[in-house]
This record gives sequence, structure tokens and C-alpha cells, in this order.
Amino acid sequence: MAESRYNIHSQQEHLQSKYMGTGHADTTKHEWVTNQHRDTYTSMIGHEGLMDYVSIAENESRERTRFNLLQRMISPCGPPVKKADAE
Amino acid sequence: MHRKSTAPDVHLYNLTLQKTARINQAVHGNFAGTKQQLIVVGRGKILELLKPDSTTGNLTSLCVTEIYGVVRSLQPFRLTGGNKDYLVVGTDSGRITVLEYDTDTNLFKKVHQETFGKSGCRRIVPGQYLAADPKGRAVMIGAFEKQKLVYIFNRDAAAHLTISSPLEAHKSHTIVYDTVGVDVGFDNPIFACLEVDYEEVDEDPTGEARQFLTQSLTFYELDLGLNHVVRKESIPLDEFANKLVSVPGGSDGPGGVLVCSPGRITWRTYGEHEPVAINLPRRDDPLRTDRAPLVTAVTMHKTKRMFFFLVQTEEGDLFKLTMVAEKGEVSGLIIKYFDTVPVANAMCLLRNGLLFVAAEYGNHHLYQIASLGDNEDEPSYLSIDPLDKIHYFRPRDLLNLALVDDQESLHPMIACQLADLHEEETPQLYALCGRGAKSSFRVLRHGLEVSEVAVSELPGNPSAVWSVKRHVDDESDTYLVLSFVDKTLVLGIGETVEEVKDSGFLEEVPTLSASRIGDDSLLQVYPGGIRHIRFDQRVKEWKAPGSTAITNCAVNERQVVITLSSNELVYFELDRAGQLNEYTERIEMTSKVTAMALAPVAEDAFTSQFLALGLEDNTVRVLSLDPSSCLQPLRMQALPGAPSSLCIIEIAGQAGEPGTLQLHIGLANGVVSRSTMDKVTGDLSDSRTRYLGVREVRLFPVRAHGHPAVLALSTRPWIAFTYQGQPRMAPLSYEALEYAHMFCSEQLPEGIVAVAKNTLRILSLQNLGSIFNQSTIPLAYTPRKFFLDEKTAIAVIIEGDQATLTAQEKKARLSGAAKKEEGDDDMMVDDDDDMMVDDDDEASKPNGDAAPSKPPLDVQQFGEPRVEDGRWASQIRVVDAKEGKTLQTVQLAQDEMLTSICKMQFTVSQGFTHVIVGGVRGWDAKKNTFASAFIDTYLFSAPDGSARLTKLDFVHRTEVEAMPCALTPFAGRLIAGVGNIVRIYDMGRKKLLRKCENKHLPSRVVDIEVMGTRVVVADQRESVFFLKYKPTENVLSVFCDDTTPRWCTAMLMVDYSTVCVADKFGNVSVLRCPDDVTDTLQEDPSGAKAFWARGYLNGAPQKLVQVANFYIGEIVQSLHKTTLTPSGTECIAYTTLSGSIGALMPFSHKEDAEFFQTLELHLRQEHPPICGRDHLAFRSAYVPCKSVIDGDLCEEYNMLSASLKSDIADGLERTPQEVAKKLEEFRTRYAF
Repeated sequence: MAESRYNIHSQQEHLQSKYMGTGHADTTKHEWVTNQHRDTYTSMIGHEGLMDYVSIAENESRERTRFNLLQRMISPCGPPVKKADAE
Repeated sequence: MHRKSTAPDVHLYNLTLQKTARINQAVHGNFAGTKQQLIVVGRGKILELLKPDSTTGNLTSLCVTEIYGVVRSLQPFRLTGGNKDYLVVGTDSGRITVLEYDTDTNLFKKVHQETFGKSGCRRIVPGQYLAADPKGRAVMIGAFEKQKLVYIFNRDAAAHLTISSPLEAHKSHTIVYDTVGVDVGFDNPIFACLEVDYEEVDEDPTGEARQFLTQSLTFYELDLGLNHVVRKESIPLDEFANKLVSVPGGSDGPGGVLVCSPGRITWRTYGEHEPVAINLPRRDDPLRTDRAPLVTAVTMHKTKRMFFFLVQTEEGDLFKLTMVAEKGEVSGLIIKYFDTVPVANAMCLLRNGLLFVAAEYGNHHLYQIASLGDNEDEPSYLSIDPLDKIHYFRPRDLLNLALVDDQESLHPMIACQLADLHEEETPQLYALCGRGAKSSFRVLRHGLEVSEVAVSELPGNPSAVWSVKRHVDDESDTYLVLSFVDKTLVLGIGETVEEVKDSGFLEEVPTLSASRIGDDSLLQVYPGGIRHIRFDQRVKEWKAPGSTAITNCAVNERQVVITLSSNELVYFELDRAGQLNEYTERIEMTSKVTAMALAPVAEDAFTSQFLALGLEDNTVRVLSLDPSSCLQPLRMQALPGAPSSLCIIEIAGQAGEPGTLQLHIGLANGVVSRSTMDKVTGDLSDSRTRYLGVREVRLFPVRAHGHPAVLALSTRPWIAFTYQGQPRMAPLSYEALEYAHMFCSEQLPEGIVAVAKNTLRILSLQNLGSIFNQSTIPLAYTPRKFFLDEKTAIAVIIEGDQATLTAQEKKARLSGAAKKEEGDDDMMVDDDDDMMVDDDDEASKPNGDAAPSKPPLDVQQFGEPRVEDGRWASQIRVVDAKEGKTLQTVQLAQDEMLTSICKMQFTVSQGFTHVIVGGVRGWDAKKNTFASAFIDTYLFSAPDGSARLTKLDFVHRTEVEAMPCALTPFAGRLIAGVGNIVRIYDMGRKKLLRKCENKHLPSRVVDIEVMGTRVVVADQRESVFFLKYKPTENVLSVFCDDTTPRWCTAMLMVDYSTVCVADKFGNVSVLRCPDDVTDTLQEDPSGAKAFWARGYLNGAPQKLVQVANFYIGEIVQSLHKTTLTPSGTECIAYTTLSGSIGALMPFSHKEDAEFFQTLELHLRQEHPPICGRDHLAFRSAYVPCKSVIDGDLCEEYNMLSASLKSDIADGLERTPQEVAKKLEEFRTRYAF
């Protein structure tokens, strides 16, 4: 029993390291929402139609739109909230 | 509660009628293995190979492949020493695909496909970036974040391409901006990536890390000896960059990369090297807000001695960038303004001096490079200038480039409506296309574009025309023969076309046929006989016996068959001495002959074997002309009407298969039928019919793109032709013609000469690929919405653009700037843009050589000058859609943006018509905020002396609390979607009066449709809602909604309880109110139950059922219920943002649906998509595909090899011909 639990744990860690954004028990809301935003921007750049949508609304070139979306991916929801235990 | 499924079993068939013309990626290479450079373009879900022709300057399409996935990146590569380029495709399939163009079958062939991850456009699954080692040894495929894989290519002993297992170059928490292969000659391959490591930013609550974050340029080296990838070097950059360009290296140049960041290009490389940077010159326009331009596209030209780059900025300006380098060390960069072209997604500069510009929006252009920008009068800018100095230039007309071809593209098609204003029996599409100053209102008419080469008037109304060559080897035709009621006119074709008398043709009689026979003789058939004119003007006549006359004839190059009024058939054959001999026997037909045709003489034969006769008894008969069984009947086929015309052509076989004969039969009732004719036995099989129009059909053999084709004249001219190996039939966008003939001259090898009334016309067909013919009305700003009045053919369009100034504001700014300048010589440009490279006053002011007093640039040519965000310029435009004229424009104040429009008659305003527009003021698209919102009312009236409503007069403005995105007339009142509120307004004296509202919609109402008292509302995020209006209580209540969130873009009420809705991600769904829902509401007259029985979380108590769902792959912008062909059945037509046009066609028989479902199943298995995306998974990308059969995939059946075709047909228990026929019949039942 203990062995399998250990095994599940390591499997989960493996998944977390392999796939960005895989959640765990301590995922904060900020982490979750940041990941979601990054995924959304990815999908917007990857699907041409969505990029056209943004670029037509903003009246920007597609390259500028792409660049802006990538820039926003860095920190889509602002800095993280200070961890309570860190203080 | 168990609810039985009440939705009927609906099946739809999705067919793309016109593929998109947008181009996202374009790469060039020698894909055919010849010297000719070809261009491969990625059009979203389509790969297409284009051949630019340097002599004619045309771009022709060689092959088109639907990949059923998203093409995200393309990269050509060539193995060292090879002469053929392979193509690597990065898609959303989680696989890397290597393709090769197979010249024999004219198709892309899959060479390798390796799986590395999940499908879909994901953050960490590679596919977005592709880079190849310039020596063709390895390819890197990367994702937005973390994952990068390197595949090594080689060849095996049999010279086949081999691919290695992937080598990882992952780095987590790293966003990649661009990837490129660095030219290092034959050293270990190196790839450069623009990366940002955000790990610290994610950990740092103070936000400091984000502030001091830098981008880095990282070089990855593939160690071929150790077979692994190492991070060789990472250089932090001063500013964020968006693009990398590889510089020729090894023996050809300094190597390294050009890093393109806003406003600047920097050369960098690994190791100890000084970076060299140069600023991009900026436009000198007094209205433009200064900001650093981004580089959007780069292309390189390289010869043995030199190389240069053409760099394009986001305003469309092209710059020529050259490098000064010595011994691998770059000492300087030189940049010079080249020309201004449309902003490109990609550019290809070919070795033959053609520049292909794949525009991001609008038409694509092919240019010929006229000069290399060596004009000494224009300044070059050097990198030795200090970096804080920015140069300004004035863009000008094209100088170094000459436009040679313009490829029409509807992308982006923002809105569209269907109507038959031109009375063509098929609706035309009225579309809003384009963006900014290059926007247009386009009218698409189904039909091929015809160019009129010449039109001349004649003294009478000719009944027929022939164009005749004097000698078989002549390049162009010699005579035009026109037949009138009682005479014949012969025109000589030369420098001018004029009457000739010495042709030998009889002129006092009408003519039945005029042609060349044998190598150099002429033949005229007239009612009284046959006249055979030899090359030396010797004439031999055959007279019709006694009182009979010739009524019909069929002629080819060696044979003549005539029918006499006594119903006798007489056959003549040309012997080897050039004598025309009558066959000894004549046969009498039982019924009157109404049409006849001879098969063309095959190249290796002396005569043709078959004669086709159309008889009045509704049959067509095939007679043998073989000497052993001459004039013996072979086959007979019954027809649905009397034949009026026959034509036999030879169709070349595909890829080595033998050709076939095709018999086309035109009937008096306007139907045309096509049958395959066996070359040996004359058997008729595989017959397909099609209705063309009410007039009887006349058929004429012509040529189109080098293949035999048939011109069919009915109410409209049609042409049956072969396009990319597939049979097609399309109308010509031209008026009705009387008679036509093939025409051939030096300038026009494949023309058509035709007569219509008293005119002679020479026509030519150019673009057979596009089934719509466009006419364009230019617009000023990006069009948003419009309505089209079908009765008066008036369209009213709302247009508007972000970051743009209205004409009035421009004037004010210019005069303000002039005053300021006189005063304190202050700078005239705002520099509040954080993208600015520096804030130095000295730099942001246009320097000496560009005086700020210069006039603003031409908007049409160079686009609107971009100003600060949040400034809007909008207008309302009244257009005569039939004539293509703008009748009135109404300018709105600065910063007002329009979102919705409708035309309506309020019951209270008694007969007056109003145009209602909704809009907002000061909208910020990024923050989704605005200053105020309004609904404006205009009186729509007819100017004096006209019956058409064309004039707009402002009546009043009603302030509202949110953005009004939907307006619809509703029982003499207006129903408006204001933010998340649905509200009914009535007309008042000073403003619109609120009458009733429902505030319970979730996000924003984007569309409203009304039927009776039922109101269907599309929400921006939460699918559709069915509302009921109860006039007695004056209540609008939601009684039914959907369970799936859909980000609606378009909605169509198919019937009282069915709605078709399209969403922002490319899905189309059909939703239905179950029957019991309708019943509950009707049985509950008070409606109180529906109103109060609120479900969970504001949801309605009852739910819609999803009847069908399908992923189109492009954002659908409009849906229409319509019939597309004269006798067709109703279907749902859709148009997408990318400009493609398609239809969802309902099956009326269950057997049909089952047949196509099985065919689709077989094709999915036997013919999977080429780039490795699973077809079913693609069509179910967001919501599982339901009850929709993919007609695009089914129609690919025709392109399969013969063996695969018969395998699949066996599985369906049919013959391949039957399958093909079924596909064609289903298509023509609904569409073209």
C-alpha cells in the first residue's frame, strides 16, 4: 500500500515536470489562473482565426498582435500573491 | 426527469464551395526537383503549391491538399548535394511531417511522419516553430514553451531520406518567440532561439523580476559526433525582440542572426563578436503617432557574390538591408527604403526576380523587381549613426517593383449577405471584406470571370459564327465566318478584321457549318449542298438531291455527315488524296434528327469511329463509322427531353490512365447531360445531368487551360472543363450568347468567338480556379456590419477603425501643429508610447531632412496613420449595391464606434422608415471599457423625385448603459441587445422609449432573431437563449437555453424551434427546442411558470438539444438559409472570416446519409489526412462531431488512385462510377 502511494506520488511528480500546469494539492489560484491565461494565449496564436480576431479589433498587424500576446504570456496575471508562510 | 429525445434524426453534409485565399505561411524552393522555384503556401487547413510564371507573370495553382489540421509552420530543406527540396510541416497534430511533391501524380507525398506529443495547439507541444539547418542536416521543431526537438536527416544507401529519433533541447519556464537555423557551413548545426525565462517572475511577488526581465538569444548546437544537443551560449538582449533572421554563413557571409526588435535590427552571433545595430527608419507623417515599427516579414536574395534582405515593417514599407562584412566580422549595416507594398504574413523573393507578397489581409501580390533600389537620389542609412538617432522618410509610389499579378482574397470577410439583386437565378454574395483603408464591399457572382477582348457591331443578327484556320499548322485562325438568315459574311483575321471576298465560301446562302477539313482545305455546308474548297481554290460541290435540303450536319477534320430534309443520313470521308467521297449507302432515320456530333479524330487514327445522333423521339443513338459496319447503330440511350445539341470531346486520363470520350447532350428543356463513351465499343455509361436554365442548350467544343472543354449556352453561358484533373461545370459571368466557336490567335491561344444579338464578341477565360467573379467598392475603414435591402438594392454599411482619426480631427491636428511650430518649434508627435526605443527629444523629433510641414500621406495608398489607442473614426455609408456606387456617407464624431445597425418601420411612426445604429464612445478594446454608449436613430428617406430610400437624416440619440451589439425590428418596435440586457424600444419624440426588458443574460447579447413572439438571443459567451414575449403582461422571459458554452459569432433561426449557431473557435452547431418545451409554453398561457421556474444559476428551466455539431476550422461569420442553384434544394450557406464559402446540406433520405457516412468512414481509414491529424478528432476539435458528414473528405474520393477507388466502392457495394456520380449529384442538388 505504502509502496503504491509512493509510486503514485512519483508518477504525479513526473507528470508535473513533464506537462506544464498540471495541478497538485498546493496549487494556488494565481498559479492556476496564470497557467490558464498562458494556455489561452497559446491557443490564440496557434489558431489563425483567433489572432485575426484580435488583430482586427485592435487594428494592429498580425505580427504586433503575436508579439503582444507573447509578451503578455510572461506574466499574464501580475506578480504572485505573497505566500503567507514566507513571512 | 427522463426526457425522450424529440429531436428528429437530422444529418447534414458539409461542403466547402470556395476555399479560402488567405495565406499564413509561404515558403519557396525547388519542390519539383527542377530549376523552377515553386511556392508552398499554408492557408490554415490547406496546403497549396503555386507556380509563378515569369513570362506571363501569373501564379497558377499546381496542387491543393486539405490537411484536416492547422498548418502552423512550413520549412523547406534540401539534403546536401540534392536538387530537390522537401517540405517539413509543423501542425497541431503532435507530429512532424516531411512531404515531397510528386510530379507524376501531382500530389504531395508523405515521406516521414514522427509522433512526439498530443494533438492540438498546445503550449508545450512542438509545431509552432520550425527551423532547418541551411545545409539540410537537421530540423528543429519547437513549441511556445519548453519543448524543442531536433531531428537529424540523412540519406540511406538507396538515396532515400532518413529521419533520426528526436533529440531534446527542452528548457522549462521558457517562452520562445522565434527559432531559426544558423548558417555555419559544415560545422555542427546550430539553431538560434529568442527565449524568455519567466521562472523568477512567477516566484517574485514584488514584480521586480518582471521589470528587470530580459530576453535572451540562445544558441543550441547539435553535436553530430555525440548525437546530442547542447545549449551553446545564451546572450541577454537589451530589448524584447520578435523575429530572427538567419544570415548566410560559412563561405558565403558572416553567419549569425539578425535580431528584429521594435524599431531596430541587430546583427549578433555566438562567440566573441560585437553586435551591430541599425534603427529602422520611420514614416514622416504629421498625423502619425511615433512608435517603433515591428518587422513583420523578411526575405533574402542571395547570389554567389552578394546577398541582401528585404525587410518589411508593419506599415508595409519595404527596406533593403545590406551588410558590410569582412572575414566573418560584420562592420556595418546599410538600410534603404525600397517600396511600400501590403503588409505581408510572408514574402518570397525568387531567383527570377519575382517577389511574392502574401498579404496578411486582402489580395496577395506578385511583383517583378525592376531595380535593386540603387537610386542614388534616395538616402541610405548606416549603422555607424548613433543609435539614438532615428531617420524619417516619406513613402512613395512603387519605384523598384512592378505589380504583375493580383490574387484576389476575401480574407478577412467580416460580414456577408446573400441576395439575387442581379436576377441571375442564383443569389450573389454581398460581402464586407478587408481592413482599414484597404477595406472593400464586394459583390460575388457565381461564375467564371470573362474578359472581353473585342466587341463589334454587325449589320444584322447573325445566327452562327465559326473561326477557321486555313492550314493545320497555322498558329492563328484565318477567317471568321458569320451566317445570317440569307447570306454568309466572311471576315479575314489579320492586323484588322475586315471582310474578304476571295475565301471561296459561298456568300449568298446561309451556312450550316464552316471549317477546315484535311490539312489545308475548307468546307462549307449550306442547306443546298456541300462546298469543298481545296488549297489552290479548286472547288468541288456536292448538291443536295432534288427538292431536299440539308438540315443538320456534323463535321470533324476528316469526316462529314449530313441529314437531309427527307431524314436521310449521308456520310462523306476524306480519302488520302484529299478527295471528299460519299459513302455508297444512305440510311433513313425513323425520327427527325435534331442534333448530331462526330467524335474528334484521335491523333493516331485516320477517322473517328463514332457518330452521335439526337432524334426527336427523345433518344440519342451512337452509330459506327467503321468501314466494316458503317452507319450501323451501336447504342441507344433514352433522354428526358428532346436533344438540341450534341458534342463529343476527348478527356485525357490522369497519370498514365487512358483517356476517354465524353458525350455531352444538350436538351431543349435546358438540361445538359454528360456520358462517358467507350473508345472501342461506343458504350454510353455514367451519365450525369444538370439543369442550366430555361432555354434550350447549345454545345460547342472549346479549350480551357490546354484541355478540351464544352461551352454550353442556355439562359447563361456555362462551361464544362477539367481543373486539376477534376471535371467541373461553372457558368460564365456574362450575358446570354447565341452561338460560339473556339478562337485562336497569337495573343489569345484559347479564346472564344461568339455572337449575341447583332454583336460579335471575342472572349477569354483566365482564372478557372475561382468560381466567383468579384466586383469591388472601396471603403474607408474596416467594415463592421451592414444591412441590404433586397427590393431597392441599397446597402447601408457601418465602418470604423481603432487608433484612427476622423477627417475633422486630422484637420484640427494639422492646423494645431502648424501653429505650434510657428510658436515655439515644439515637437508635433506625442511620444507616450512605451514601445519607443528612447525618449530623447532630439531623436523623436523628425530630423532636418524631413520637415514636419509636409502634408499627410495618401491614406488609400499607405493606410491610415496610426495614432494612440482608443481613438476611433467611424462612418455610415449608403451604397447602391447593384451599381456599385456610394450614395452618402455620415461621419461620426471622433472616438465613436458603431457596433450594430438595422432598418425598421416603427408602428407609431406610420410609414416612415428608420435606420437604427448602436455604438459606443471611447471604447478600449484591451480593457473592454468605454465612456458612453448610444443608439442613434436616422430617418431613411427617398430624395426628391426618387422612389428608393437612400438618404439618412439624424433624428435623435438615446443614451444606453452598455454596448448595443444587436438591433432587430420586432412587431413594429425595436428589440435591442444592450450589454447583457434585451430591451424593447419604441419610437419617441426626443429619444427611444424603453418598453420592456430582460436583464438576465450572462455576458453580452451579440445577435437577436425574431419569429412571431419568440425571440432568440445569441450571447457572446454562453450560446443561445430562447425568449418568449408575452404582449398581455409585457414580459420577456427566457424559457430555454443551452448547456454548452458557445462564443457566438453568427446565428440563424432555421425554423420556429431550431437555431444554427457558429462560434468563435470555428464550430457550427444546430440546436433545437425539444417539442415538449414548446408545448409547455403554449399550454401555460400566463407564462408564469416559465418566468418563475428559474433553474440553477440563472439557467432556464428547459434546455436545448444539440442536433448537429461540426468543426469548420475557420471562424464562421454569417449563416444563411438559401437555395444556391436555380432548381436546387434549400441549405445553410456559411461564410468565414478567412473568406471561404461553404454549405451545410440536409439529407432528405436516410439511405443517402448512410451511404455518405460509410464512404466517409472508408476514406478516414484508407485515406487519412496527410499531416497526421486524425480526421474525426479534427472535426471534433472543441465539441464532438455529431450528425455532420464531411463532404470535403468524401469528394477526395475522386482524387484517389484507381485501385483504392475500386476497393472503397467494393466496400460500398457499388462501382467507382456510381460513387463518383452520387457525389456529383448530391453536390449539384444543392450547390454549384
